[in-house]
Amino acid sequence: MNAVIPTPLSPLNPDQQTAVIHTEGLTKTFGSFTAVDGISFTVQKGEIFGFLGANGAGKTTAMRMLCGLSKPSAGKGWVAGYDIASQSEQVKRRIGYMSQKFALYEDLRVWENIRLYGGIYGVPKDEIAPRTEAMLASLGLSDQRNSYVTDLPLGWKQKLAFSVATFHQPDIVFLDEPTGGVDPATRRQFWELIYQAADQGITIFVTTHYMDEAEYCDRVSIMVDGRIEALDSPSNLKRQFQADNMDQVFRQLARKATRGQD
Amino acid sequence: MRPLSVHALQKNYHLGQSEAFVGLGRPDGSGSSSISFEVDKGEIFGIIGPDGAGKTTLFRILATLLLPDSGSATVEGLDVCKDYKTIRHRIGYMPGRFSLYKDLSVIENLTFFATLFNTTVDANKALIDPIYKQIEPFKDRLAGKLSGGMKQKLALSCALVHKPSLLLLDEPTTGVDAVSRSEFWDMLHTLKAEGITILVSTPYMDEAQRCDRVALIQEGRFLDIDSPAGIVDRFDQQLLAVQGDRVTRLLSAIRQIKGVKHCHAFGDSLHVTVEKAGLNPDQLTALLTEKGQTGFSVTTISPTIEDCFLELTQPSHSSKP
Repeated sequence: MNAVIPTPLSPLNPDQQTAVIHTEGLTKTFGSFTAVDGISFTVQKGEIFGFLGANGAGKTTAMRMLCGLSKPSAGKGWVAGYDIASQSEQVKRRIGYMSQKFALYEDLRVWENIRLYGGIYGVPKDEIAPRTEAMLASLGLSDQRNSYVTDLPLGWKQKLAFSVATFHQPDIVFLDEPTGGVDPATRRQFWELIYQAADQGITIFVTTHYMDEAEYCDRVSIMVDGRIEALDSPSNLKRQFQADNMDQVFRQLARKATRGQD
Repeated sequence: MRPLSVHALQKNYHLGQSEAFVGLGRPDGSGSSSISFEVDKGEIFGIIGPDGAGKTTLFRILATLLLPDSGSATVEGLDVCKDYKTIRHRIGYMPGRFSLYKDLSVIENLTFFATLFNTTVDANKALIDPIYKQIEPFKDRLAGKLSGGMKQKLALSCALVHKPSLLLLDEPTTGVDAVSRSEFWDMLHTLKAEGITILVSTPYMDEAQRCDRVALIQEGRFLDIDSPAGIVDRFDQQLLAVQGDRVTRLLSAIRQIKGVKHCHAFGDSLHVTVEKAGLNPDQLTALLTEKGQTGFSVTTISPTIEDCFLELTQPSHSSKP
């Protein structure tokens, strides 16, 4: 245990002011169990940041704190300029979230899903219709606007879910295993969408179990037993761990885990 | 008697309220298709494909939980529809969704399943031990409180407790990290050594390498059935890998080159499919340099199963709006 006890906070330095995520010794404990153990890192605007770790390493707990859904036990964190502990409602307004498990309402039509999320995230009423048209046109889904989501093929659902998660033009979008179970071609098309969003300045924070996808990130962090054990660009990590690919980097680090998966 | 034999199987549902079909095979008509294959004793046979391809429908029929629309399947010569009671003693089924009792402890779950099959945990201890001893320290913990990896080991132990001759494992490694996934495959090879036949499905293409034979499945159809090496051998195109610093720029440049069939990102490189005896690495290098690309290298490589899957699905790829 080497949980960082945060010293009184200094004002953010210029580097941190362009940061979309900045944490200092962020920690979450459940009773005697330390799920997230003093993580400190910074994600810059427009970055594609891969957040990797074995099952049980603490990724989900960390992500819940960053999304303002869970209060840190110790340490500090800012997302989109807001304090995740004291300004969690503002944080929620500035982020998008998508996972493979929870994405869209299957029993609502395509346009109804967009209308619903747009409303929830406070997109002005008169902007929802034009933005919906533009989004469906760019996805090639204009003819599907009245279809129920349940009737769409999985690949289309994923792309629609991503576009809905970024519909309110958030500073950052959290993607929790967005491509799980998707066929190889669709998985690659999905990453092209991610690149487009990053080019528009939306920061991407993504978890995945596909190690080839880790290579597509600008930087990658790997969590082991609640701590960030490695954080760098994929090419630097491969050099540091003398590995041919990210899979080997991941295996070297994940094997060091001592607390197992419980 | 073959552990598993499947002939012209079909089971379809409408996708939501639309006309499109999901499930296994497709009904009569121009695009009619069905599923047939056989699994030999002691084989690890993989069903590999994305969500919605029909994998779970196939497993439910073989586990005698669902009736096919047409076609037949036999387990050790017994019919999955008529002889379902006998078959249930011979198979161990691990559904994709965790289906044990969350409010029973680890040992209570195991004892419960042993009792259902008129046996005891001790009677088959030797078979389940390589897996069970990893979770035995937590035997009094409620199943609902286990981590994903431990739940998976308990589910496999419960599927084995009556000593089945055929294991049906529906996506046992989905959502599991890379290290735990390869540990799970090690366990399957231990069971294979005990003579157990294993039918296993997965969406992870890299797991094909751990199977004796695989069937690639998409949209209810088998694209190919063979050993992983056999599938790779049948890849009748030439494959080049391009590595460079600016992969996205390279990707669009390569796609504009005549003679390139497809180009896909594969981790830190791009895989470029060209016709056999088409562009060679030097020619592609020259064409890319002409287009102003720098700082890259081109080599000839052998395809992976994922390359083969992409090639087989490309012509009729339907996820493209």
